Amino acid sequence: MKSFNYVITDEIGIHARPAGLLVKEAKKFESAITLECGGKKAAATKLMAIMGMGVKTGCEVTVSAEGADEDAAIAAMQEFFKANL
Amino acid sequence: MEQYTGKSIFKKIAIGRIYFYEKNEYQVKREKIEDPEQEIKRLEAAKVVAISQLDRIYQKAVKEVGEDNAAVFEVHKMMLDDEDYLDAITNTIQDEKVCAEYAVATTGDNFAAMFAAMDDEYMKARAADIKDISERLVAVLLGRDTDMGALDEPVILVADDLAPSETVQMDKSKLLAFVTEHGSSNSHTAILARTMNIPALIGIPINREWRGRMAVVDGYTGTVTIDPDEKYLAAMRAQMEEDEKKRQLLAELKGKETVTADGGKSIHLYANIGSVADTASALANDAEGIGLFRSEFLYLESSTYPSEEDQFQAYKTVAQNMGGKKVIIRTLDIGADKQVDYFNLDKEDNPALGYRAIRICLTRKDIFKTQLRALLRASAFGNISIMFPMIISVDEVHQIKAILQEVKDELKSEGIEYKDVEIGVMIETPAAVMISEELGREVDFFSVGTNDLTQYLLAIDRQNPKLDEFYDPHHPAVLRALQMIIDNGHKGGAWVGICGELGADLALTETFLKMGVDELSVSPTFVLPVRDAVRRCDTTKW
Repeated sequence: MKSFNYVITDEIGIHARPAGLLVKEAKKFESAITLECGGKKAAATKLMAIMGMGVKTGCEVTVSAEGADEDAAIAAMQEFFKANL
Repeated sequence: MEQYTGKSIFKKIAIGRIYFYEKNEYQVKREKIEDPEQEIKRLEAAKVVAISQLDRIYQKAVKEVGEDNAAVFEVHKMMLDDEDYLDAITNTIQDEKVCAEYAVATTGDNFAAMFAAMDDEYMKARAADIKDISERLVAVLLGRDTDMGALDEPVILVADDLAPSETVQMDKSKLLAFVTEHGSSNSHTAILARTMNIPALIGIPINREWRGRMAVVDGYTGTVTIDPDEKYLAAMRAQMEEDEKKRQLLAELKGKETVTADGGKSIHLYANIGSVADTASALANDAEGIGLFRSEFLYLESSTYPSEEDQFQAYKTVAQNMGGKKVIIRTLDIGADKQVDYFNLDKEDNPALGYRAIRICLTRKDIFKTQLRALLRASAFGNISIMFPMIISVDEVHQIKAILQEVKDELKSEGIEYKDVEIGVMIETPAAVMISEELGREVDFFSVGTNDLTQYLLAIDRQNPKLDEFYDPHHPAVLRALQMIIDNGHKGGAWVGICGELGADLALTETFLKMGVDELSVSPTFVLPVRDAVRRCDTTKW
């Protein structure tokens, strides 16, 4: 399993649009990608669950990936968070 | 080919596909089912349809409002495809053995409640998105038509009945004709059809099966034809061409005066409008001014009280577009058949005789003063007059004048420019007719609202289609009242116009001229036909 931590800089936090894009990105990989923040957890492929976490700006999120393509998945996720959140 | 006949509102022909409009307030029933697998298949199929609908709306929105604003529809698409959401629906179907509609509705409510309970204003607002997608899914499952926004071509709108709040939100460029089962020839849908110059039929037994089928609406005979054959279509197309030729003949009257053939009598011919956009139609039809600008649209289109600034901009735009021509703006006329949610008006047993129009304005001074401030500010940019609806007493006019003076004093002290506008009252109650001489001394002009005046004189509810056969717009009581209003107005020093539907009744144009009317204000599309009728009159033969 691979993981990284990221502090959200987007003003509204993980809002609907980047959450949607995140799901799209996560679905490209075989590995199970998970987000964790403030004791809440959600699969990166589940839009409503991610939105339901209510991640705000300044929160630290742990992103982890487990599976055959976990290296590629983590690299893509890191890039995604930097670019969109 | 199927044909149905009802009552026609506007004599014109339209050919196109049917769009079946149904209100969003439908009830989802909890129906037990035997075969959950079958319901899940229905759900899957509905999801695919809903997503393709959203796809179309998204593509259209990208073109119209840009990618950023259209993104919400992308998100809706993904929400519809969300695993947890779909799992919850499927589980409900399997565990409770209920129909897909019910499972979607309850799941939508649960998810929306979850978002509504979050401590983040942004996320709270997402509850509306969940409700939106769930409603879309339910609508597809119930076999309803999509929202009009997603349509590619204009349609013939078929509905049970339409409320003003519904018609006001419709994309008018998408409408070829109205066909409704309920509603009367004096309802607001009818007025809208006349303003838009499109055929409308009422009293047609509508059928949901017509959805998407070709149809012809013939406003001359009051007939709607579903799946017309080629021969009928050809005949109707020929008729449309002839209409077009007539229209072009009338167009030659543009720029001509509204005066009788012998030059003996001329009148002002103005247009009635219901929105800023209608100004274009008024100008295109060569109206000499605006005789009635219904300000309600500002309130009907909004989800909260429109601000002074929003109103000011709307009034100013119309005044400027009319370039110095007279623009008579009627203050707020809601209540009765025009309801606005945020006013929180009580349900009344007798709304036409109830809390409406000036009665609201004089008791809710804050709303009234905001509108008057906006109107006076806009007066500096054109030739605005203000008109007050539903007057029954001289005392009301005194109250209005006092409030108007208050607003003027405030503007003056703030150094804001305004003009001393003409003020007038609508004569639409029997009481106002009886005291028209006294009223005439108080104001600059009268405008006769024949729709309400006829309703009150004849004691006939204009919303009730069953009474259409008793409703005689040419009733001698109405015509005598008109003569009385005109004579008394002139005695008191006020000029007198007609802004009701009767003003456009070409059979009465000569009668109005003989009575001494000073102005007629009609739907933009009637301006040229009325001018034609006036120009055919000859005072030397009277």
